Amino acid sequence: MRRKVIFEHKLLPYLLLAPQLAITLVFFIWPSVQAMWMSLLREDMFGLSSTFVGLENYVRVLSDPGYVAAVRRTVVFSVAVALLALLPALLLAVMVDKLTRRVATYRVILVLPYAIAPAIAGVLWLFMFNPSVGIVAAGIRGLGFAWNPKLDGQDAMILVILASAWKQISYNFLFFLAGLQAIPKSLLEAAAIDGAGEWRRFRTIVLPLLSPVTFFLVTVNVVYAFFDTFGVIHAVTQGGPAKATEVLVYKAWYDGIIATDFGISSAQSVILMAVVIALTAIQFRFIDRKVTY
Amino acid sequence: MATIDIRGVRKSYGATEVIRGIDCAVADGELLVLLGPSGCGKSTLLRMVAGLERITEGEIAIAGRVVNALEPKDRNIAMVFQNYALYPHMSVYDNMAYGLRIKGMSRAAIDAAVQKAAATLELTPFLARKPKELSGGQRQRVAMGRAIVREPDVFLFDEPLSNLDAKLRTQMRVEIKKLQGRLGVTSLYVTHDQVEAMTLADRIVVMHAGAAEQIGTPMEIYARPASVFVGGFIGSPPMNMLPAEVAADGAALTLAGGVQLPLGQSLGAEHRGRPVTLGIRPEHLHPGAEAPGALPALVDLVEALGADTVVHARLPGGAALLCRLPGDSAVARGARLALHPAPGALHLFDPASGRRLPEG
Repeated sequence: MRRKVIFEHKLLPYLLLAPQLAITLVFFIWPSVQAMWMSLLREDMFGLSSTFVGLENYVRVLSDPGYVAAVRRTVVFSVAVALLALLPALLLAVMVDKLTRRVATYRVILVLPYAIAPAIAGVLWLFMFNPSVGIVAAGIRGLGFAWNPKLDGQDAMILVILASAWKQISYNFLFFLAGLQAIPKSLLEAAAIDGAGEWRRFRTIVLPLLSPVTFFLVTVNVVYAFFDTFGVIHAVTQGGPAKATEVLVYKAWYDGIIATDFGISSAQSVILMAVVIALTAIQFRFIDRKVTY
Repeated sequence: MATIDIRGVRKSYGATEVIRGIDCAVADGELLVLLGPSGCGKSTLLRMVAGLERITEGEIAIAGRVVNALEPKDRNIAMVFQNYALYPHMSVYDNMAYGLRIKGMSRAAIDAAVQKAAATLELTPFLARKPKELSGGQRQRVAMGRAIVREPDVFLFDEPLSNLDAKLRTQMRVEIKKLQGRLGVTSLYVTHDQVEAMTLADRIVVMHAGAAEQIGTPMEIYARPASVFVGGFIGSPPMNMLPAEVAADGAALTLAGGVQLPLGQSLGAEHRGRPVTLGIRPEHLHPGAEAPGALPALVDLVEALGADTVVHARLPGGAALLCRLPGDSAVARGARLALHPAPGALHLFDPASGRRLPEG
């Protein structure tokens, strides 16, 4: 039985919620509503007047081949970032979970990259992979591959994928490690006695029991790849060369801030917002059912 | 012929030695109980037999084959865990079939084995359920089922009943005993519950601080405890332990407070005039007439349990004494009792080592 706490004061609950509500209002609701409103307007080229155009901006965005290309690019980018951020994180978590001592030390070391600002991480990778001075770039060339992310779009894409995934590995690692440590050791012992070898135990016991964590992380990583990689891309490639690394969030920023087409940019933002709301909704639905056992 | 031989086994974690040299053997089809308080090393010993802990020193052989270097899966054992360790994402059927599938048995053979085990354990209606949809007793049965379908050489039980409530525990205890007897599988069973040990075991190993204090049948251990620890651990309420001194002629004891107690035998010269610890079980004290050789006790507290009455009494020297009388005994607080020890019910221990004195 849960006892309900009753506040005598009618105003108190609202006062306690006020700071959070204020933040949500100022930094989320207000800009969102403004973006939605702006996505229905069209400004003249001097920014002196705007006219209501209905859904025309959306029609223009969705029928623009450049936008469709960015969608395709974003899907490739997100899947690659999510995979490259999840698999190494799982591997690291499994290995740290096997340690009996110095677990805390390894955990801290592996979590450190998460504390680095995206732009700084980007610059770091930019330097390492810089075709003229980068140490890794020199190594790649030494192996006989042509490497120039400044000119080659594919190289640039690989670079931003690596930089973005690298930053997210720490976060995934922490969750995977916590998930692994929550699996009772006796289950693995029982499976070992039942005759399962290491790989089989991992496949038939660990992975299924880890599935709620994995599912949560897949969603979080996709959302991360969609939105939070702006800093990395901006620092490393600015969406180039020739828009090869221009993902949706970068395009929305570019079209709005650089090209100052506020209507088009707002329409793109609203579409992105719809995507993230959908992803979150799916996640909540699944976490409530299915993946729990 | 599946036997377990434990020879000079030791286990250390760093500098801490938790198992300090244990030798014992489980005969084919026997149920041997490892009994002891928590921290005595009984679970560690079991886990070494299972292959879940490395053996620091000594040798363990299952069915005549030394298994020190073998993985758990190569030892042909089955284990029932305290928390059951059922795979939560699998149905009851899959839990039982897991090991068989790994063995590569055919689908039909697996189905036959699982159905048979389920029928034995009355689990047939629950085969499609997940563990979380089962009661504690049913989960326990599934854990048993998972052990028996594999037809192992050896069953290992790690306190399998301690997560059940008292009533269910009594019931499952009987079922385990029957099942083990019927299947005739050599078993090693760890518990801290002396009643469980007494009722289940063919033989008991009483463990204390990483060593085996005594190995014997339940009745041997009850009748002739090898040490103060065993005497105090087996039996409920526990054995009374009283400081005493052997009289100069070796045929009587002097208790604190000057009470004289004839021994009914004469101790050897080396014990005469020496201190000893006297052990008497509460059920071996019978009230009678005031006479030499009876313990004069003052009743402090009476616990009427129905079938028995436990009397907390005090001797002239101030030593506390427990006495278990039939349930219909009318004894009141403050009463004086003359308690006569049953013949042959006096246990003498060396107060320094705690070991039983060799009988003359």
